[in-house]
Amino acid sequence: MSQVDLEARIPNNVGLREDKRLLRALEKWQPAFIDWWKDTGPSDFNADQIYLRTAIGVGKGGWAHFDYVKMPDYRWGIFLADPVVDRKIHFGDHIGESIWNDVPGEMRNRLRRLIVTQGDTEPASVEQQRLLGHTAPSLYDMRSLFQVNAEEGRHLWAMVYLLHSYFGADGRDEADALLERRSGDEDSPRILEAFNKPITTWLDFFCFTTFTDRDGKYQLAALAESSFDPLARTTQFMLTEEAYHMQTGENGVGRIIHRCAELMHAGEDPRKVGAIPLDIVQRYINEWASASMDLFGGEDSTNAAESFASGLKGRYREGDGIYKDPKALEHSYKAEVPEGDHMVEKEIPLRRAMNALLLDSYVADCQRIVSRWNRDLERQQIDFRIVLPSKRFNRHQGIYSSACFTPQGELVDAEAWNSQREVWLPSQADRDYVESCMVAVREPGKFANWISPPPRGVNDQPLDFEFVKFH
Amino acid sequence: MIDFNRHPSSYRHWRLRCEGAIARLDLAVDAEFPYAEGYELKMNSYDLGVDIELADAVQRLRFEHPEVKVVVISSATERVFCAGANIPMLASATHAFKVNFCKFTNETRLSIEDASRHSGIRFVAAVNGACAGGGYELAIACDEIYLVNDNSSTVSLPEVPLLGVLPGTGGLTRLVDKRKIRRDRADVFSTLAEGLRGKRAKNWGLIDDTWPKSRFVDKVDARAEELIGELPSKEPCEGIELGPIAAREDENGFSYEYVSVVLEEAKRRATLSIQAPTSPQPKTAEEFAQAGDSCWLIKCFRELDDAICQLRFGYPEIGVILLETRGDQAAILAAEEGLVASQDSWLAREIQFLLARVLRRFELTARSLFALADQGSAFAGIFLELALASDRIYVLDDPDKPVEMAVGPLSDGQLPMSNGLTRLQSRFLADPDAAALLAREKPRMTAVEADERGLATFLVEDLDWEDDVRIAIEERASLSPDALTGMEASLRFGGAETCDSKIFGRLSAWQNWIFIRPNATGERGALASYGKPEAARFDWRRT
Repeated sequence: MSQVDLEARIPNNVGLREDKRLLRALEKWQPAFIDWWKDTGPSDFNADQIYLRTAIGVGKGGWAHFDYVKMPDYRWGIFLADPVVDRKIHFGDHIGESIWNDVPGEMRNRLRRLIVTQGDTEPASVEQQRLLGHTAPSLYDMRSLFQVNAEEGRHLWAMVYLLHSYFGADGRDEADALLERRSGDEDSPRILEAFNKPITTWLDFFCFTTFTDRDGKYQLAALAESSFDPLARTTQFMLTEEAYHMQTGENGVGRIIHRCAELMHAGEDPRKVGAIPLDIVQRYINEWASASMDLFGGEDSTNAAESFASGLKGRYREGDGIYKDPKALEHSYKAEVPEGDHMVEKEIPLRRAMNALLLDSYVADCQRIVSRWNRDLERQQIDFRIVLPSKRFNRHQGIYSSACFTPQGELVDAEAWNSQREVWLPSQADRDYVESCMVAVREPGKFANWISPPPRGVNDQPLDFEFVKFH
Repeated sequence: MIDFNRHPSSYRHWRLRCEGAIARLDLAVDAEFPYAEGYELKMNSYDLGVDIELADAVQRLRFEHPEVKVVVISSATERVFCAGANIPMLASATHAFKVNFCKFTNETRLSIEDASRHSGIRFVAAVNGACAGGGYELAIACDEIYLVNDNSSTVSLPEVPLLGVLPGTGGLTRLVDKRKIRRDRADVFSTLAEGLRGKRAKNWGLIDDTWPKSRFVDKVDARAEELIGELPSKEPCEGIELGPIAAREDENGFSYEYVSVVLEEAKRRATLSIQAPTSPQPKTAEEFAQAGDSCWLIKCFRELDDAICQLRFGYPEIGVILLETRGDQAAILAAEEGLVASQDSWLAREIQFLLARVLRRFELTARSLFALADQGSAFAGIFLELALASDRIYVLDDPDKPVEMAVGPLSDGQLPMSNGLTRLQSRFLADPDAAALLAREKPRMTAVEADERGLATFLVEDLDWEDDVRIAIEERASLSPDALTGMEASLRFGGAETCDSKIFGRLSAWQNWIFIRPNATGERGALASYGKPEAARFDWRRT
């Protein structure tokens, strides 16, 4: 297993100490990153002590170390999963060739774009969430938020390491630009539209970490198959961190549902006691799930085909050998697409359908989460069931974006859709209500009335543990 | 037949608004409305239909809105200025269509520069989103380019790295010849698929400035106002309306009021017949304004323009165009005198530039052009210019049916070719004095005199005319069309080069060669493979 250099100014397991050129470049970027964090991160909490975990190794289990730290002092570092000896390219046109340890010239542009687009989402989400700390429903949740933020920051480091290390002067420019764009800024917005709207409530945050971070998981998983080995190893390690973020989301939404069900079971009206009714939760899920599905890109995409063909982005778990045709040249993907007022079957050559395949894996994953929430409702004898919206619903990208569909996936005309809009998606009144529930709870062990406590605290600490020590 | 008539009230892809001295031309391509079936016009990409509207807009601005001094070209589509020519359209088009599409779009961009040079109009490209390939070529045809600085929009010419073809709508030529970008930087830029963002693009001279999104519109407007102040003031005037050009199809071909085309498709030739004015023509600025678009000079040459485009796009197998003129020479010369006498009117000047553009379109047509000065012909003035634009001039020598030819008042630099020379200068490169003398004297000549002064390719006696001309035409029609295209383009434009002549003679020639090479359009060529599951495969041998 590779040695993690924890003493270095930038903790790492990539032998930074020996690579003077790269070390200089990254040490130059580091202050700009800290400035960015202080400027657009959860800046009002910079002086507080947060109980955070930090990576200290990349082996199973051994990498998490918990301690109090002020966020600007967090040890952001560079960690790659250990290399696999003699790895060969396992999909696309270059199948069977040795993996690349450097960027092949002809892949430079495509690869750089993949890394920059992925990298841009990391600081973007921190920016989107920068004010959430003020309305945290508990110290436990506040800590979770900051953990997620800190690790998104580390993911930015991971992408910046690749840019600095493998893309020369252009890469350094792009690394600088990652700190210059700002979520929601009119002049210099983040690249993807979904990362330009602020996240103002905790219901949004938990939906984001459940659905949007899960898109991140699948994008990272596809990149973890990459023939460009440094990218594959970087993203493999990022995936282990991403799992925590999705857990935060799934548990968060689950605890909101649980709290509401508990009140309903006791015969109380959730609205009257400042809890969030299930139909509102459903609408938020509809909104976030559909917006996150858009992040997969068009279901029929030449861009995706080229990324697959060139070996830069594989299918989900491609390396596990679960696909029969590693070149993906022989088969096609069948999709029902809208044409006028009915659906027709369309065959998409498999390579062009890579986004659609990844989306299908994502949808199946989301379905499992929703089922878990429903099992809890069942246990509490509540009839309401959360439904994952169809991948056709409310799409602005891809083959379903040109028509209107119900959350069940039925084709309807625009008029019918608009008349149901507030049944399916959050209304202003919903937003105002959820907003009104957001009250800060800062006493250890206490939780806001709209969310249940978790079964136990992080790192097996008791629930009344002081996860955040205010200065 | 293709309908080249457009009107701003029914544009599908552009929005034209005139606000005093500023005109705003916004690209908002309707993806669902392509010129042909089988592709969508995504990302403000363009095809022939989009470009016909642009050409119409530029022409109309000059005739209908003489008050306009600045045209701001921008996009009304979110996040994208223009993604260039539509790739699926190009990949699926025939070679002949691709070539003619590129030529037409080149002529449209040149018409923008022509308006800038002659009509006191400045074109400002307000690049408010991604600007790639033909999008940047549209911008670089403008006088000034401003790029929004949003940390993601770039200008780029990705043709070479992504498609294996050239930025063939003048892009490469204008980089070095117009904007005078250093050649090594032009080399980098032209192979950089992702292009350059504001700061470096400005440092390299690819754009004039870059402004943040929040201030972009204000900055562009301020610059437009500044330009208006810098330009000489325009006399108060009202434009004239350009009505549609109506062609009638019949069993022989198609015809207009002054122009007709007789097609002999089996013999791969067409006779383009053009008629002198039959009624008195305007002599003063007021009379020109009153006549509007019905004046012979405008009508006849707009019809000719349409006929050339019809022949280019609709009749690829027609190899030889026989140019025939009919009518009263004196009437042609009188019409031209009227134009010259009204030179202080904007409209007279615009008419002259229109004549020049149509003449250039005529001689940039890749067909063999033979002018036939036979009995009843009227090769005087601008009709003589058409003859001089042709590859050969056959002149009938028959004392009983005398043919006359005459140099008119517009042959002395008013109607330049794309190489910057007059047609007389281009013809007499070895004897510039002879060209100058003809332009100065403006002689009316008999057939024999015309021959003596070098205006006839062959002076043909009456009894030989039929056979000699027939054999020459048939022989011509039998030669390789590709070799003829190359040969004619090489011989027509002697002398020095200009940006325009390089675009047509050099850039287009290379592009058209690349278009037929397997590396671009073969089964696994880059253009053909773009957007397909498998990557392009090249034949690595350099020629």
